[in-house]
Amino acid sequence: MMSLAIPEISLAVSACLILLCDVYFGVGRRGLTATLTMVALTIGVALTAQYGITGERVLLFNGLYVDDPAAGFLKMAGFVAMATAVFYSQDYLEQRGMRGGEYYVLCLTALLGIFVLISANSLLTVYLGIELLSLSLYALVAFDRDSGIAAEAAVKYFVLGAIASGILLYGMSMLYGLTGTLDLDQLSTIVGHSPDAALIIGVAFVVAAIAFKFGAVPFHMWVPDVYQGAPTSVTLYIAAVSNLGSFALILRLLTHGLAGAPALWTQMLAAVAVLSLLVGNLGAIAQTNLKRMLAYSAIANAGFVLLGFATGSNVGYQAALIFTIAYVVTTLASFAMILMLSSRGFEHEEIADFKGLAARDPLLAAMMLALMFSTAGVPPFVGFWAKLWIIQALLASGHVRLATFAVLVSVIGAFYYLRVVWYMYFDAADGRSVPEARPRMRLILMLNTAAVVIMGLLPNALLSVCQRVLP
Amino acid sequence: MQQFGLLSVVIWLPIAGGLVTLAFGDQRARGARWAALLTSLATLGACVPLYSGFANGTAKFQFIERMAWIPALHSQYYLGVDGISLPLILLTAFMTVPVIIAGWSVVDKRPAQYYAAFLIMEGLMIGVFSALDSLLFYFFWEAMLIPMFVIIGVWGGPRRVYATLKFFLYTFLGSVLMLVALIYLYLKAGDYSIAAMQQLPLTLAQQRWIFIAFLLAFAVKVPMWPVHTWLPDAHVEAPTGGSVILAAIMLKMGGYGLLRFSLPMTPDASRELDWLIVSLSLIAVVYIAFVALVQQDMKKLVAYSSIAHMGFVTLGAFVAFFIVAATGSAQGAVNGLDGAVVQMISHGLISGALFLCIGVMYDRLHTRDISAYGGVINVMPKFGALMVLFALANSGLPGTSGFIGEFLVILASFKASFWFALLAASILVVGAAYNLWLVKRVIFGEVANPQVAKMQDLNPREFLVLSVLALAVLLLGVWPAPMLNMMEASVQHLLHQMLASKIPGAA
Repeated sequence: MMSLAIPEISLAVSACLILLCDVYFGVGRRGLTATLTMVALTIGVALTAQYGITGERVLLFNGLYVDDPAAGFLKMAGFVAMATAVFYSQDYLEQRGMRGGEYYVLCLTALLGIFVLISANSLLTVYLGIELLSLSLYALVAFDRDSGIAAEAAVKYFVLGAIASGILLYGMSMLYGLTGTLDLDQLSTIVGHSPDAALIIGVAFVVAAIAFKFGAVPFHMWVPDVYQGAPTSVTLYIAAVSNLGSFALILRLLTHGLAGAPALWTQMLAAVAVLSLLVGNLGAIAQTNLKRMLAYSAIANAGFVLLGFATGSNVGYQAALIFTIAYVVTTLASFAMILMLSSRGFEHEEIADFKGLAARDPLLAAMMLALMFSTAGVPPFVGFWAKLWIIQALLASGHVRLATFAVLVSVIGAFYYLRVVWYMYFDAADGRSVPEARPRMRLILMLNTAAVVIMGLLPNALLSVCQRVLP
Repeated sequence: MQQFGLLSVVIWLPIAGGLVTLAFGDQRARGARWAALLTSLATLGACVPLYSGFANGTAKFQFIERMAWIPALHSQYYLGVDGISLPLILLTAFMTVPVIIAGWSVVDKRPAQYYAAFLIMEGLMIGVFSALDSLLFYFFWEAMLIPMFVIIGVWGGPRRVYATLKFFLYTFLGSVLMLVALIYLYLKAGDYSIAAMQQLPLTLAQQRWIFIAFLLAFAVKVPMWPVHTWLPDAHVEAPTGGSVILAAIMLKMGGYGLLRFSLPMTPDASRELDWLIVSLSLIAVVYIAFVALVQQDMKKLVAYSSIAHMGFVTLGAFVAFFIVAATGSAQGAVNGLDGAVVQMISHGLISGALFLCIGVMYDRLHTRDISAYGGVINVMPKFGALMVLFALANSGLPGTSGFIGEFLVILASFKASFWFALLAASILVVGAAYNLWLVKRVIFGEVANPQVAKMQDLNPREFLVLSVLALAVLLLGVWPAPMLNMMEASVQHLLHQMLASKIPGAA
């Protein structure tokens, strides 16, 4: 039974070991921690595949912890996403002198936090996971300690995040006070019986905290600053990997823990989602910095995920999972493109920096084109299927207006993704150099983009896996 | 269930060829050109068995390929053609060849990417016409926007970015609502196949919403007045090849969509809202023809004339309801539908040829301003003769393909109402006016501009392209029977579908 917690155990052990290794052997050996982290992740994948996957729902540690197919799938996705992120980040960190091994350890503990969230079956476990994830991320955002803008972002993130934690705790305490249980299984049956005003307030607090984690409007203020201010490798991590944690949070807390009273939270989620779609898409138009633009795009995409949950139906949760996976795959590659094009002393993060890329490096430009059209939801890329499922789930549950609204705002969204393509293809390069070769990173980036295309041409595998793990 | 067949070949061969062309890279432009030309010829060659193996006289879909694609969505890789889609596929394969040849020595900016974009687009467009699964249809329909966006944006004129963004966002806006409608139909029918959606009973209220969603997508593409404003911009800024493909094939997708989706899936809403389509069509025919008359830019003139001529397509498709209402029988209604399909093909050939002609002049003088020309026939006799032929065909001269479609539609309109026919027939006057006036100012007269005097007549490459198109225009005009036979059964079937009510309980 304990063996089902192998992913978390292996992560915790390897984080400790890597920290020690870094202290004792890391000096002077660049890349040691990065390599060890990759090894640890590989071992984690192997162990998880062997012991951590289960076909049915199993409770562990007196019901604090749960393992089910969704958990196994999300953890595998987490391992892969984190490994990709680490791979993309190495050069970037190296060139900017951020050599501390703590970077990778913090990434590992953040991943551990995500895993705890994924398997949480009690309000306590949920809180534990979210704090582990958030605290690691605060530190990561501030990792470039000489950068003022990063420090500002970290402080902003920390202060707002701490408030969100408080809000979450407050909501949880109300739920506990009303139901007398921390266990999500019991909670879900009890809330079905006694809806009252206090419960609604408690749920509202919980939803607010979730919206903060997602960066959904009106709790989105931290997103643009953190995305822009953090080192790009950290932004990559927050945008892609930690998204799995946000997904798990809502999956455990709302769709399972409050499954007894879906009407309580679906409407709140719908409202938050509509606002996010609007603010995210409109805000992104005005941006000139790609990281900031992708931050607003993240807000809009959070709106899509939340719309999936707002249906309160299984089809909707599946759609949200598909959307999250598609978004993670695409976002990893989009931020990796910034990392790929940046060089020592030059952050390739303004949209204008992409001018003429098609002439300087046709392959990278073509890949960026695919990524941008995928995020805009144009076939034949995976982003199209993600949006299709969300819209289908909305229509299946009778939300015709929400579906129409979602597709219409995604037309607005298309504009700013197209602008990147426009700069790359239609404008001449104004004296910028040809990007560095970085053959290994280029290869991984190509594979990542190929995944976006292949999952777009033949989406059935992704769709049916997501259907299977969330039956 | 059938494995990969001929239709898959004509879809994926150009796409694969496009990727090969891309792999040649812009440095090896010669190789890229030949790869592109051979691919487009091979695709055209693959259409020959498609044409010869097609059995006339049945409305059933042929060359069917049906494979599992996305079982999770009940969507299949399901292809097939009938008498309405086959001519459009042939047109697509046919028109891509001249586009490749026309760019031969003219395009020197990123040539490999240029040819690759056109080839990939060819495959996607054929995919649109042969998809029998609506999700597959939408997949091709949207994917096609990407190469066109790049073509206009990279190789276009000075305001290309504005034009291409307008083009993309306009068409994207139209089609997302179609997606909502398609998903809605899927949830009702349990299957994404077009046939299932055509048979699905729907109440009038449901049909009305679906019809409007479809109409937005297709009307933008056709384009119908008043959502036509993207077209002149896109045409003016697009490179010659882009204009040709845009006018010859992309516009036809709107018409095809109306025939394949709107009419059979929402027949009752179509009947209820027929006045809307017919009036918009007549406005396009009459008003836009006058707008064409005053254009100073040759491409803009042809672009507006395209909108007017596409008005005949929508008019021919929807006038059938008026015929039934006026005469109580469907006799004669089939003329309108026939005319709509013939007009699509004919306009594809003629407008494509006219844009190629304008391209020929633009390559020499680098302006499309009508006033910059005059007396071209004195220095370019071969070109002048061909251009005059195409201009006359564009104004519906008997003996050219332009006549057949317009005549059939006017004939059908007469059955519906004298006034429809009168308004529609006005294009024969106004159309002749703008075409002849164009010819008079550009081709005939004295050589006013010294630079015109230096223009060289057609080189063999250009002559080949234009004369083949001229032959096609004449052939279709003199002897339309093979094409009419090919589509007859399918058009009859469509007429039957659109006149049968789908409202549950009202048989």
